[in-house]
Parts: sequence; structure tokens; C-alpha cells
Amino acid sequence: MKNKILSRIYVGLVLMFLYVPIFVLIVFSFNETKSRSVFSGFTFDWYVKLFQNELIMSSLLNTIIIAVIASVLSTILGTAAAVGINNMKKLPRSLTMQVTNIPIINPEIVTGVSLMLLFVFFSARMHFEFGFVTLIIAHITFNVPYIILNVMPKFRQMTPNLYNAAQDLGCSPARAFFKVVLPEIMPGVISGFLMAFTFSLDDFVISYFTSGATSQTLPITIYSMTRRKISPEINSLSTLIFIVIIIVLIVKNIIESRNIKKRSVKTDG
Amino acid sequence: MKRIISVPYLIWMAVFTVVPLIMVAYFAFTDSEGRFTLINVANVSRYTNIFIRSIGFAAVATVICLIIAYPLCYILSKLDRKYQGTVLMIVMLPMWMNYLLRTYAWMTLLGNNGIINQIISFMGFEPVKMLNTSGAVILGMVYNYLPFMILPIYSVMVKIDESVLTAAKDLGCNARAVLFRVVLPSTFPGITSGITMVFVPAISTFIISRMLGGGSHMLIGDLIEMQFLGNAYNPNLGAAISLVLMVIILLIMSILNQFDNEDDRVLM
Repeated sequence: MKNKILSRIYVGLVLMFLYVPIFVLIVFSFNETKSRSVFSGFTFDWYVKLFQNELIMSSLLNTIIIAVIASVLSTILGTAAAVGINNMKKLPRSLTMQVTNIPIINPEIVTGVSLMLLFVFFSARMHFEFGFVTLIIAHITFNVPYIILNVMPKFRQMTPNLYNAAQDLGCSPARAFFKVVLPEIMPGVISGFLMAFTFSLDDFVISYFTSGATSQTLPITIYSMTRRKISPEINSLSTLIFIVIIIVLIVKNIIESRNIKKRSVKTDG
Repeated sequence: MKRIISVPYLIWMAVFTVVPLIMVAYFAFTDSEGRFTLINVANVSRYTNIFIRSIGFAAVATVICLIIAYPLCYILSKLDRKYQGTVLMIVMLPMWMNYLLRTYAWMTLLGNNGIINQIISFMGFEPVKMLNTSGAVILGMVYNYLPFMILPIYSVMVKIDESVLTAAKDLGCNARAVLFRVVLPSTFPGITSGITMVFVPAISTFIISRMLGGGSHMLIGDLIEMQFLGNAYNPNLGAAISLVLMVIILLIMSILNQFDNEDDRVLM
């Protein structure tokens, strides 16, 4: 009994540590003055200012566009790669997986800096500018490995000769892939895509080194806002992001628990 | 035949992962005119104090994360299965906030006129300087990277078979012996991956040190950033520092792997 109370207190303290900073931001997003310690009155002004702030809105749009393009392209690239890697012999396969692990193991700043060096080298010779394209290339590069890591295990769970069986029964290789293999690995493809999408939305360090002056993503804009002394719009932005995250996670949990129920009904029947 | 469709990916990784790393190495060993030199690598030793500080801060933050996360994961894994998913989601939820925002939150809390100091002076004590101290930087690391310690440890902790613990007790282990001789060894893989997942971002951060350390607690990340985007523009030196950082991280990871392998052997 005593242990139970102690462990509840412990979990409570850790949760407090995790949530107090966020709740303070949320409370002060409704503060009338710019003060960050004294609450003087309730207002929605900072939310209005947030939506009127063109820099924030345009960088939000940029972030979403880049995240969509980068995660879709890396999902295609990564799924194809996983299919190929799965059919490789041992040595090339382990070599490829070593390279796949590089962007995961390397510190973000090193990945960012190394891509920046590459882009500087090419932009000087091929006359292109840092911005949209370099950002998308960088995001694909750090996203693809996660697609592969999500898809590869699905092949291990798959019945091995399904693809051959479909071809024996008259499917063309392409049709056999789309009709038989793809549905089997789909859960991995989707979870990889979602992972890539959130990583893209959230990335600061690699974008910071590869964005140049023209295209900014939301995290870069947030960074430049924190460099200024006080910008209460950050509070209202954090509040909105926090609400979106809660909604997304709750929806995700509901969908997952429904799927589990469905599956258990199926196996029961 | 199907192997061919991984070719675009292989080309992509060669061009955008392998070549850039080769370029880092190339820049590290050349001067601004492209001639071979060892000066950059030699100059890294001038920043030994920054390297020592980064390793120290990251190590302290990693240990604190481990101390906080381990009991938490143990408690979570003992919860009723029905609530485990929900509680874990609540624990992980702050991680989904962008870490710039989370770090900014601490900036406002720790400031000289921040809430914590308001409370302290309200209680009649002198305000304490908290922002721009090394403690603030370490706190920021712990706050941002704690979930990276919780997740791997929790995922091995839930896999421990309850009957193994009962067996250990039946065979005469007291609570402490169960913890040190059964639970701890079987969670070792989780601990080592938690350590790398906290240590690597902590040693290479430049945001946390800049926002909470106020520029007086420079870390390796700040040093690299300054060479590429800051006033001290010198990509050759920056590349050399990055190279040394990578070597340090590889060394630490191979030491951790060593532990992992030994552990496997014992279990077998």
C-alpha cells in the first residue's frame, strides 16, 4: 500500500515536471500584457496577432508543403528500396543497411552541415539557390531510413512464397506486387509515412543548415522569434500546436483500439 | 530482378549521405584553397574545454535521465494493462511539441523575472540566477531528451516475464536481489539504447545551450554552427570539429555495444 502511494507520487512528480512548462505557456498565451510572470488580464489578442503574422503563416504553409512532398517521395523511395533490399544477398544487404543507419546514428548537426557543404559545392557550379529544393532533398534524406526500418520487418511476417504463387496463378510481376505484396506490407508503409511526416514537420536543425534565406519552415521562424526578447505569439502558437497534438493522438488511439476490437472479433468468429 | 528497384535509393544515399560525409572529411583536411593540411584538425585542440564541457553536460544529463526514467518505467510496467497505454501516451505527449517551444518554455520559467523567481521572492527569499547557468542547460537537456530514455527502457521492461520475478523470489532473492540480479540485467539493452538516444543529441545540441545558457556555456554544437552560419565563418575548421564529434560518438557507442554483447553472453 505504502509502495503504491509512493509510486503514484513519483509518477505525479514526473508528469508535473513534463507538463508545468507547457501549461505556463498556455496560461500566458491569454495574458493581456507581455509579462511572462504576472498574469494581468484575459485576452485573445495574441491569437489574433498570430493569425495576422504573415511570416508565421507563410512558414507554416511552407512546412506543411515540404512535409507532404518529402514524406510522400521518401515513402515511395523507401518502400521500393525495402523490396529490393529484401531480395539482396547477405553482403550487399548488410552494407546497404549500414548506410541506411548513417542518418539515424549521426548527430543531426553533422547531417545538416554535411548536406550544406554538398549544396554549397553544387550551387556554386550549377547555379541554383538554397531553398525549397534543398530543404526537400534534405528532408527526404533523413526520412527514407525510417521508412525502410518500418517496412523491412513486414517482409519477415509475410508468407514467403506469396509473390511467386500469385505469378504462378497468372499475375504479371507488377500486378503480383500491387495486389499481393503491397497489402501485406501496408501497415509498415503507413507507419513509416506518418513517422516521416511528423519528423519533417518537427525538424529544425537540418532545415536550419539547408534552408538558405528565402524559404523558412515554422521551426526556423520559431527559432528567430525566440531570439527576440519577448514574443507572446509563441505562447499562443504553442497552445494551438498542443491542442492539435492532443486531438491527433486521441483520434489515433481511438482508431487503434477499434482495430484491435475488430481483429479480436474476427479471430473469435 | 526485384533488386533493381532499390537502385534509386542506393544512388540517393550515395549522393546525399555518403558523398556529403566524404566532403566533411575533405574539408577537414584541406585549407580554404583546397590544399591538404592538418591545421584544422590540430586547431580543434584549442577548444578542448568546450569538448570537455559538452561531454560532461551530456553525461550528467544522461545519468539524470536514467535515474528519473528507470523507476518510472518500472512503475508503468507494473500498472494494470488497461491503463498502461494511456499513461504512456500522457508521459510521451510533451515530446510531440517542437523542442524549440519546450526549451522556450523553460526560458520563461527560469528568467530573473520568471515565475519561479516570483514565487521565491514572494516567499521572502532573494531571487536566484537560474537562466544562463550550466544547471539550466543540463535541465533543458533532461527535459527535452527524457522521453528518449523512457521509451526504450519501458519497451524492454514490459517484456520481463512476471513468473521469472516470482521464481527469483521463491528461490530466496530479496527485493534488492531481484532488482539487481534479474530486472537490471534483463533491461540492459533498453538502458544502452536509451543512453545513446539521450547522449548523442545532448552532446551535439546548440539550441539548448544558446537559449538556456545565454552564450556563456558554448557546446560543440554552437562551435560547429558558428563555423558554418555564424560570424566565425570557417567551414574547414567546422568540418574538422564535426569529424572529431563523430569519432567521439562512435567511440562511446562502441563501448556501449561492448557491454551489450557481454550481457548477451552471460544470459546464454
